[in-house]
Amino acid sequence: MSGFLAVLVVVLIFIVIFQIAKASEYVSILKGEKKARQQSNRINGFLLIAFLVLGLIGVYYCNDLLKGKILGESASDQGEGVDKLIYVTLLITGVVFVITQILLFVFAFKYQEKEGREAFYFPHSNKLEVIWTVIPAIALTILVAFGLKHWFQLTSDAPANAAIVEITGKQFNWLIRYPGKDGQLGRRSVHLIDPAASNELGVDWNDPLSKDDFQATEVHLVVGKPVKFVIGSRDVIHDVGLPQFRLKMDAVPGIPTTLWFTPKFTTKQMKEKTSNPDFTYEISCDQMCGSGHYSMRGVIVVETQAEYDAWVAKQPTQYSLAHPADAPAAAPKADSAQKTVAANIK
Amino acid sequence: MSNEATLHSQQEVMHGAGAHDHHDHGHHHESFISKYVFSMDHKMIAKQFLITGIIWAIIGAFFSVLFRLQLGYPDATFPWLESILGHWAKGGRISPEAYYALVTMHGTILVFFVLTAGLSGTFSNLLIPLQVGARDMASPFMNCLSYWFFFLASLVMMASLFVQTGPASGGWTMYPPLSALGDASIGSKIGVDLWLTSMALFVVSQLLGGLNYISTILNMRAKGMSMTKMPLTIWSFFFTAVLGVLSFPVLLSGFILLLMDRHAGTSFYLSDIFIAGKALANEGGSAILYQHLFWFLGHPEVYIIILPAMGMVSEVLAVSSRKPIFGYLAMVGSLFAICILAFLVWAHHMFVTGLNPFLGAFFVLLTLLIAVPSAIKVFNWLTTIWKGNINFTPASLFSIGFVSTFISGGLTGIWLGNSSIDIHLHDTYFVIAHFHIVMGVSAFFGMFAGIYHWFPKMYGRFMNNTLGYIHFWVTLVGAYCIFWPMHYEGMAGMPRRYFDYSTWTSFNQFSGLNQFISFVVILVFAVQLLFVFNFFYSIFKGRKMTTQNPFKATTLEWTTPIHGIHGNWPGEIPEVHRWAYDYSKDGRDFIPQTEPLGPNESGH
Repeated sequence: MSGFLAVLVVVLIFIVIFQIAKASEYVSILKGEKKARQQSNRINGFLLIAFLVLGLIGVYYCNDLLKGKILGESASDQGEGVDKLIYVTLLITGVVFVITQILLFVFAFKYQEKEGREAFYFPHSNKLEVIWTVIPAIALTILVAFGLKHWFQLTSDAPANAAIVEITGKQFNWLIRYPGKDGQLGRRSVHLIDPAASNELGVDWNDPLSKDDFQATEVHLVVGKPVKFVIGSRDVIHDVGLPQFRLKMDAVPGIPTTLWFTPKFTTKQMKEKTSNPDFTYEISCDQMCGSGHYSMRGVIVVETQAEYDAWVAKQPTQYSLAHPADAPAAAPKADSAQKTVAANIK
Repeated sequence: MSNEATLHSQQEVMHGAGAHDHHDHGHHHESFISKYVFSMDHKMIAKQFLITGIIWAIIGAFFSVLFRLQLGYPDATFPWLESILGHWAKGGRISPEAYYALVTMHGTILVFFVLTAGLSGTFSNLLIPLQVGARDMASPFMNCLSYWFFFLASLVMMASLFVQTGPASGGWTMYPPLSALGDASIGSKIGVDLWLTSMALFVVSQLLGGLNYISTILNMRAKGMSMTKMPLTIWSFFFTAVLGVLSFPVLLSGFILLLMDRHAGTSFYLSDIFIAGKALANEGGSAILYQHLFWFLGHPEVYIIILPAMGMVSEVLAVSSRKPIFGYLAMVGSLFAICILAFLVWAHHMFVTGLNPFLGAFFVLLTLLIAVPSAIKVFNWLTTIWKGNINFTPASLFSIGFVSTFISGGLTGIWLGNSSIDIHLHDTYFVIAHFHIVMGVSAFFGMFAGIYHWFPKMYGRFMNNTLGYIHFWVTLVGAYCIFWPMHYEGMAGMPRRYFDYSTWTSFNQFSGLNQFISFVVILVFAVQLLFVFNFFYSIFKGRKMTTQNPFKATTLEWTTPIHGIHGNWPGEIPEVHRWAYDYSKDGRDFIPQTEPLGPNESGH
């Protein structure tokens, strides 16, 4: 019923607006086309300048309202550079925005049709055109230079002491694997995946490097220590989005990607800085991956070295979870898995 | 002879409808089918494109209202949704599957069916023969086919909305493996096959249309109409057609490979995939290859959308300010530069795919380079209205609105084109805000400007101005209210294509803002319906056009009779002697293109 009423009200409003519009057409015929045209030009001219003024106030007000809700200080060293570039770009584009919008609406208002005014025949001016080709070109060169300098830093090789964490996307959660004491990850194959045998990632247990790898439900990182993410996917394309660290990298099946950064603040520090007791570093999936895309949330905990070491000590290796019986008994099973791989490759 | 033609057409005006009927019979007898359905008259085909585009626009925009309801009011239930969407909205709440289907279809419909076919299809068809002085397109039959292929594409896409598993729902970019594997998403079952079929038909339509536009412009210009005497509208349609002809085939090739991956067991895009409990045999494909093929069209596509709007805005601003467009050659040059650069920037959509950073650097450079011709265009438009004598028709207001939104959305392109900023803002609401303002709102503003301006040429009547003003002001203010705050959501890293943000601690602070945006969306949608009503009402009941050239424009389309005839000019095609922008020259309000240069007069 209420839905029907709502539709009725909307239709009524439509009819009223339409009747007014139709009447205004008759009025303009009665008043004379010239007079009606002058009046509509005056009204629209006023509205244009009002739009400019209210619009600029609106831009300021919107900024005032929302600036506290965006991210605050970057939580990674790399993100600082991103923020700096954003500020430089904001400055340049902001100035251009304000100037050009003011010119547009002021010109429109000032040069609205008036009786006796004659437009100025001004087809071209090489000097002006050169000026506004060169100035944007210079401004953009500056932005490109700043941008690329930072881009090459962002995409440079990770430092040798960087910790390694493997993040693999699947519909719809993240699988996280640490290389363990040896610092190297064991081999994987999509054909070895067997969720029933605690092997969601398809780790090849015959690879000695895999024996000390452990998997976790959250990413734990040490504050101030660089970390390299090795990113992949086992089904469709996902994307590791790290808003607080200002970084992002796609997870593509078949093509591993990497990303490295240095977290600056622990989760605890961020809770204080943002005065938000619920603050969490989140991994958001930023590439449409299916109906559960919006729920593909990962959690990162940044902590001190001591806290991290205590956490690592408590993590059982995935090998031990996948082989609850003793190791020799498990060996034949791994063998048969490998035969399957061989068969699949053929 | 041109004078004779002018004389003849003046008689036409005086005789009005009678003369028009006479001419209809004079040419050949037309049945209802050949006149209104399988018409080969470019003016009728333009109307067919426009009306089909309007119907799609209503559907596409309505879809955005539906998913904005979910985003703005995630906890509310709307029982009427269940009555229209059935099990896709059980209990009055849209399901995630339905949400993604709506988002995908909204994008596909608006990008391809409305802003490509509806915009350049309509105005290229209407204006190219009329403004270059041709009796029709180079191949009227191909032109007719172009529309009917578009119609077929529309039917297939429409059908996909009603299949059991729903339409395609992997985003309008249709990235594999999601779109290649039926097991990955319910929307990737038959929905994607129908989507690909529809898009293939659409590409055929675009190619037939595009080749026709190019050959008409190159070969069928009236006597005296050299390339540099053409109005900027024609230049923009020309470059649009070139972009389409060169890039749509690449898209089609990408689609064919996707179709083969889906059904022929190939592995172009598939490798190392474990889905639905088993590992697939596909090895060695690259999911990124598809993105290269897609964006090789996808990026030129945004210029296919915006160039016609630029051309029409240039024309409308010159006519309504009674001034020549400033820097005509620079305007043509910048269109050309945009057209070339459009092919060299596609990978800026792929900075975070693991693209080689060195390669990425070139795409940053070339992307930001596009800002230079864009800036030239903006400054030239500003100078065009400077010291003018502007009459605020709905068309000129929409043109001013176009310049405003083009600036706002263009400037944020400088942010996103820089890979170091993109790495943070990629696939967030900042991107949504950017491209909706610059190619959604702007392109629509250009389209509205064109519709209001050339409506009399199409139907011999005017649209209601008061409704036009209401339409403009609510749409302009509304568009900024919707998209401006989204920049902030994007700065917070809020990802696009999320069904619900409530479980996220980083993005759940915007629920009030989302509600506000959704409210404005509904309002703006209602006002678009007002426009649609105005459009159809005015076709039949609008104020009649009494003079042949109501806007006192110089271009050739206003030398044709009020009620268009097949062949456009009743007599000979007028000869052209000057460029299209002699407004307020030598103390005269305007000098038509058909008037010879005076003895002491210089060309432009």
